[in-house]
Amino acid sequence: MAATDVSDPRYYHKVVDCQWACPAHTNVPGYLRLIAQGRYDDSYLLNRESNVFPGILGRTCDRPCEPACRRARVEEKPVAICRLKRVAADLRGDITDRLPKAPAQKNGKRIALVGAGPASLTVANDLLPLGYDVTIYEKNAQPGGLMRVNIPAFRLPAPVLDEECGYIIDMGATMKYGTSVDSMKALLDEEYDAVFVGSGAPKGKELDIPGRWDAPAQVHIGIEWLANVHFGHVEKIEPRVLIIGVGNTAMDCCRSAKRLGATDVTVVARRGRQHFKASPWELEDAEEELIDIIENHSPRRIVVEDGVLVGMEFDRLEWSVDAKGKQRSTVIETVIIPCDAVILAIGQDNAFPWIERDIGIEFGDWDMPVVDKVTHQSSRAGVFFGGDAAWGPENIIWAVAHGHQAAISIHAHCQGTPIDERPPVGMTLVSAKVGMHSWAYRNDYESALRAKMQHEALTKRFENIGIEVELGYTPAQAATEVQRCLNCDIQTHFTAPLCIECDACVDVCPTNCLTITTNHSPIDELRQRLMAPADNLSQEIYVSDALPQTKRVMVKDEDVCLHCGLCAERCPTAAWDMRTFDLKLPYAGQVSR
Amino acid sequence: MTSIAKPLVRHKQSRTNALGLTIRDYEGGMSTLCAGCGHDSVTAALIQAAWELDLEPHRVGKMSGIGCSSKTTAYFMKQSHGFNSVHGRMPSVTSGAAAANRTLTYIGISGDGDSLSIGLGQLSHAIRRNVNMLYVLENNGVYGLTKGQFSASADVGSKSKKGEANEQSPIDPVLLALTLGATFVARSFSGDKKQLVPILKAGLKHKGFGLVDVISPCVSFNDHEGSTKSYAFTREHEVEVVHTDFVPLRREITMPETEEDVAVVQMHDGVSLRMRSTSEQYDPTSRDSAYAHVRACQARGEIATGLLFVDESGRDMHDMLNTPPTPLVEVPFERLCPGRDELEALMERYR
Repeated sequence: MAATDVSDPRYYHKVVDCQWACPAHTNVPGYLRLIAQGRYDDSYLLNRESNVFPGILGRTCDRPCEPACRRARVEEKPVAICRLKRVAADLRGDITDRLPKAPAQKNGKRIALVGAGPASLTVANDLLPLGYDVTIYEKNAQPGGLMRVNIPAFRLPAPVLDEECGYIIDMGATMKYGTSVDSMKALLDEEYDAVFVGSGAPKGKELDIPGRWDAPAQVHIGIEWLANVHFGHVEKIEPRVLIIGVGNTAMDCCRSAKRLGATDVTVVARRGRQHFKASPWELEDAEEELIDIIENHSPRRIVVEDGVLVGMEFDRLEWSVDAKGKQRSTVIETVIIPCDAVILAIGQDNAFPWIERDIGIEFGDWDMPVVDKVTHQSSRAGVFFGGDAAWGPENIIWAVAHGHQAAISIHAHCQGTPIDERPPVGMTLVSAKVGMHSWAYRNDYESALRAKMQHEALTKRFENIGIEVELGYTPAQAATEVQRCLNCDIQTHFTAPLCIECDACVDVCPTNCLTITTNHSPIDELRQRLMAPADNLSQEIYVSDALPQTKRVMVKDEDVCLHCGLCAERCPTAAWDMRTFDLKLPYAGQVSR
Repeated sequence: MTSIAKPLVRHKQSRTNALGLTIRDYEGGMSTLCAGCGHDSVTAALIQAAWELDLEPHRVGKMSGIGCSSKTTAYFMKQSHGFNSVHGRMPSVTSGAAAANRTLTYIGISGDGDSLSIGLGQLSHAIRRNVNMLYVLENNGVYGLTKGQFSASADVGSKSKKGEANEQSPIDPVLLALTLGATFVARSFSGDKKQLVPILKAGLKHKGFGLVDVISPCVSFNDHEGSTKSYAFTREHEVEVVHTDFVPLRREITMPETEEDVAVVQMHDGVSLRMRSTSEQYDPTSRDSAYAHVRACQARGEIATGLLFVDESGRDMHDMLNTPPTPLVEVPFERLCPGRDELEALMERYR
């Protein structure tokens, strides 16, 4: 085995599981430590560097970081990263004077952004401070896109959204509200230096089964219905409602229906619970509101009698795995579930009827534009895609990540540099040692279990769709919860020439991460020879250079390292040191910041 | 010394022994010894040995005297009995404890100062009595607790941290034990757990006094160039003369038969040792051969390690004194303390 190259930022980045899993690579342990120190403003701003919308995402993020959290491998539940993000946002003071500003002198380049959702706003956030003249076209009267019209107010209050969109727009973006772009050709004729399409995936999927069109007033498309609720076009719904589909949109639909007068709300899924697309916490929240979730029911037809929808017929399925490992279903019986309304929440499609097909923007499979995965550029130079518009529906945090990358490309395009030469990712690595046995972080293990989110009482929350359900953590809860973070960004950094092979680190490691052994076998075999078998193959193995005295190597399994620093405290020669790793992500116009 | 206690989180795949305990259940308090101290590695080796042997922690007595070494007993098996005695008197206190209750396993931890200076007489007589105990001598050649003066085990010519060479000839605990009739004599190195753990297990299973001299470097005062008890020097000059495998009871011996001479030593409760000499002239069951070989290694500037001598046929203290098997704690109080009248009657016999 060759020695591990820790000078490549990717190695230590991967150790920070949450940051690695986050599409925008937010420095999670960094901002959690700032919360622990009560530095909410600093925490918010650190957060904002990468994810732009801490207050919004602190309530609505799909949290790819949490399943990745090392804490879940050490005990049961991950750190409540997302809700702690909200704590920083809720408790911050006025930070407006610390936000990036647009220069008075513009750089003369004009950029058009289609749609004022998270992707476009992120592009604007990155380009406005560089002096670009940014124009955003938005068909609605307010910014936010899907974040505003599809996420119900009981999950994301409007003031939070207004404030964070405002931070960007107030830098000087030209907003064209109520202006839907109907022709890309016409937009291109306005001679912008670049166009970014962040128009989302605005079309709800249709379910063409018998009876679908027999009582159209009682069948709704999920995201359209949510938008109508948002705009106040829909203020009530029938008592018995079936929701078809079990993604996060279905969760928003069923909970909104409860607030609009429905008494019996049932979510119907085609498959078993382990295949549900909705986040586990959204399922929990829905079930807390007494919403039934039925598994293994496949829609057959909508039952309409005398022009009135009275129920829906389903095949009840049993799933089995065939010889090839493929899931197969067999119909056990057919059932009719009576209801008064149906909401279809089975997915979203992109729609680009407004992009002409003869202007050099190539379309590929499923009538989707061909977009470069790295640069976000379409087949026409100067036209970029991001967010759900690029490759179909994803989460807000992905749209933010796309926005940052697209901004880098747009900046390069406008400056005439090659857009496929991406700025490198950097890092800093600084010793966290501040005294004899004193570190720049709290290294003791907090044994508390994950804090439970306070919810508005069930009796109160249905009075008004605007009543926010999650009340946020109390300061005491937040103080304990931040300490559950294992500080994975404080890296165990090893300097082989200093090691005297005294075994102190190996002996003291609480989770048997370290082994000093001979370096004679391939990695698979090495993984089994360690103090504890390194069976989690998604986690890296660190192998040092040969040690001075015996030429053996120090091996570390990163899997369940607590970053408690005991190896470094027990090391007599400081061969082990705890070092604060800071990933330096490049943003538009900067090598790194 | 560390700033925090070892977090009570364990690896999810940590195995349990026959008692259902994980190795972490055999840990003790957090060490306050210097970072990198060899003694902490000896502690880890003891923890591993006790766990692998399925020792019941509440059936163990941890005995010690004074010195850095003698702090070790606090750092393993926190559920066990312990006695931190007067300087150098651990062998005597253990003799008393063993006399009172022979059913416990006794682990005595001492150092070169505690054993070879102030406690040399105690050690010698415990060997002669063949007290049934494991005696771990953590040997670093200096008085670490008083800032690094030479101890009685310092080699001639070994340099202090200031650069002065030792001129007084050393006491070698291995040679001493061999001359005094010890029935189990081993030397090992804190930095080599592969060798140390089987030796500790064998010593715990040996019936009688089991001396394990462990070279355990002092990182603060004796790990420099010129020291003959540093990590680097020990690694360079260590010669394993006997390789020992510990074969637990009821386990099929799967080790391949080799051409080499393997001495199988049956221990008193069914476990066995397979000992393979790395030198042709060496016989670990012969006291004379062991003595001569260790001396010869010394003359060549080598440190002979391994289980150097074992004699499982020896009689221990209880055999020699012909004491009853029942521990005093199990003798009914009326018999243990028959009262004033019985005492008077006894005294009368001597008047």
